[in-house]
Amino acid sequence: MKPFGYQRPATVEAAVEAFAATPGARYLAGGTNLMDLMKHGVETPAVLVDVSRLPLDAVEELPDGGVRAGATVRNSDLAAHPLVHDRFPVLSQALLAGASGQLRNMATTGGNLLQRTRCGYFQDTSAACNKREPGSGCAARDGVHRDHAVLGHSERCVATHPSDMAVALAALDAVVELYGPEGARTVPVAEFHRLPGEHPERDTVIRPGELITAVTVPGTAAGRPSAYRKARDRASYAFALASVAAVLDTDEDGTVRAVGLAFGGLAHRPWRARLAETALLGQRLTEEAVARAVDAELALAEPLRDNGFKVPLARNLAVHTLSGLAPARSPQRL
Amino acid sequence: MSTGTGSGTSSWVTMTVNGVEYRRELDNRTTVLDLLREHLGLTGAKKGCDHGQCGACTVLVDGRRANSCLLPAVAQDGAEVTTVEGLAAGDELHPVQQAFLDRDAFQCGYCTPGQLCSAVGVFAEAAAGHPSHVTDPGRASGQGPVELSRAEIRERMSGNLCRCGAYPNIVAAIEDVTR
Ligand SMILES: Cc1cc2nc3c(=O)[nH]c(=O)nc-3n(C[C@H](O)[C@H](O)[C@H](O)COP(=O)(O)OP(=O)(O)OC[C@H]3O[C@@H](n4cnc5c(N)ncnc54)[C@H](O)[C@@H]3O)c2cc1C
Ligand code: SF4
Ligand code: FES
Ligand code: FES
Repeated sequence: MKPFGYQRPATVEAAVEAFAATPGARYLAGGTNLMDLMKHGVETPAVLVDVSRLPLDAVEELPDGGVRAGATVRNSDLAAHPLVHDRFPVLSQALLAGASGQLRNMATTGGNLLQRTRCGYFQDTSAACNKREPGSGCAARDGVHRDHAVLGHSERCVATHPSDMAVALAALDAVVELYGPEGARTVPVAEFHRLPGEHPERDTVIRPGELITAVTVPGTAAGRPSAYRKARDRASYAFALASVAAVLDTDEDGTVRAVGLAFGGLAHRPWRARLAETALLGQRLTEEAVARAVDAELALAEPLRDNGFKVPLARNLAVHTLSGLAPARSPQRL
Repeated sequence: MSTGTGSGTSSWVTMTVNGVEYRRELDNRTTVLDLLREHLGLTGAKKGCDHGQCGACTVLVDGRRANSCLLPAVAQDGAEVTTVEGLAAGDELHPVQQAFLDRDAFQCGYCTPGQLCSAVGVFAEAAAGHPSHVTDPGRASGQGPVELSRAEIRERMSGNLCRCGAYPNIVAAIEDVTR
């Protein structure tokens, strides 16, 4: 690891100023991803600006019944918070499906959104990787890519975004609050992460020096049936091969009034399944209707040599999860 | 409290470990694990992977379990840390230590300090009513402690790997303590 300086500003403004004033600065939150990458030599910050003790650790109720989670709230605290756990089960479940108890105690809302891909070549400084070193190539495209993207990848990069939490937030229409040198702004979570395109080195639309201050989940989906399901190589403590976050609103006979569906583990960002959602609106939630809608979405998939299995895996996860959310009285419930 | 100047690459760090306060000037690269092992002579916490993947380095930081290999010590300035060396009260073992002995819950013992600290963290989290991935999602918040079934123990302890595969006895030992 390269030597680095350390600062712990007391306010959001001071943190943003400290970052802007120091070339090679990086924000440090829980450190569970950044320290890991520093040990690999992938990140070589000149200075760490520690934001973990900023007063951004509140979970608050919004007037519309939604919730605002500060950037430094620990993943474990967010998952256990009654506002999250009881109103937005999908978010609590996604958080609890990620990492381990120890890691969730340190990992923060902001850091979780900004964690980097787990692509093995990205973490290996001797490998070609356009995300780490633009223009060097992509070792994964013809290499080991079983865990990689099937949707929205580019010639330059086939990595996935590893966060579980972000998938639930995307399905819930959550919004990222940012504060930077140019002031405050908001970005929907579903548009926060990018597709790789020509610039895989940019994971998100965050601007240099911007700080995530909070994430808000609108009250629209509060109390609606929702769930997160994750398929992985072992029962716990593993990243998603594929995952699905689903939020559903139906009327009594099972007609879909609103639906939020997002996939994890399939793309460079949480994949909000807009085609499937549109196909389901106004339909009765039968297993056939769900399958047709999900198939329409996954028809966009372009699997790589060794990850075609992800498509039926994701399909079955989505069909079962959505069907399982149908009202109990609906005969279609699986 | 030192907030660092950003110019140097070392900082003064104060940390209370197992009830004893230490103050050291440390290279900012020093992790809590390296501070414990290399500077304070507390070699209970183990370095397995050094990347958050095995749990051998688990300690309690301000009462909560964490992977000490991923924590820069400077960022934990002022923290209270408990390591496996601090679990017993004098000669009296912590109940979970005793249960590990009674159940023969280890072979080589390398993962054991991390397993023990993690288990202590699990008891606190379950007592506080924190759900896990296998807790019934329909269980509303505020219903008191979560009962630690075998499934709950296995899920909550999944961040601690055991290369010897002592899992069945580890789960049994932890279960004994909850009875
Ligand atoms: C073994 C292992 C298994 C894991 N398994 C999973 C899993 O199954 N699912 C999953 O979702 N995750 C998993 N994770 C990843 C974990 O969730 C992330 O490491 C964690 O969420 C990152 O949060 P942090 O606060 O520690 O971020 P840090 O490591 O501190 O920071 C990560 C990045 O975010 C930036 N940053 C942090 N906070 C802010 C902010 N407020 N504003 C702007 N920038 C900021 C940092 O500069 C850095 O670039 C795993 C990690 C490990 C080590
Ligand atoms: S998939 Fe992306 S992150 Fe992985 S090697 Fe290719 S460019 Fe790098
Ligand atoms: S040494 Fe810290 S998790 Fe393996
Ligand atoms: S007892 Fe040997 S690693 Fe667990």
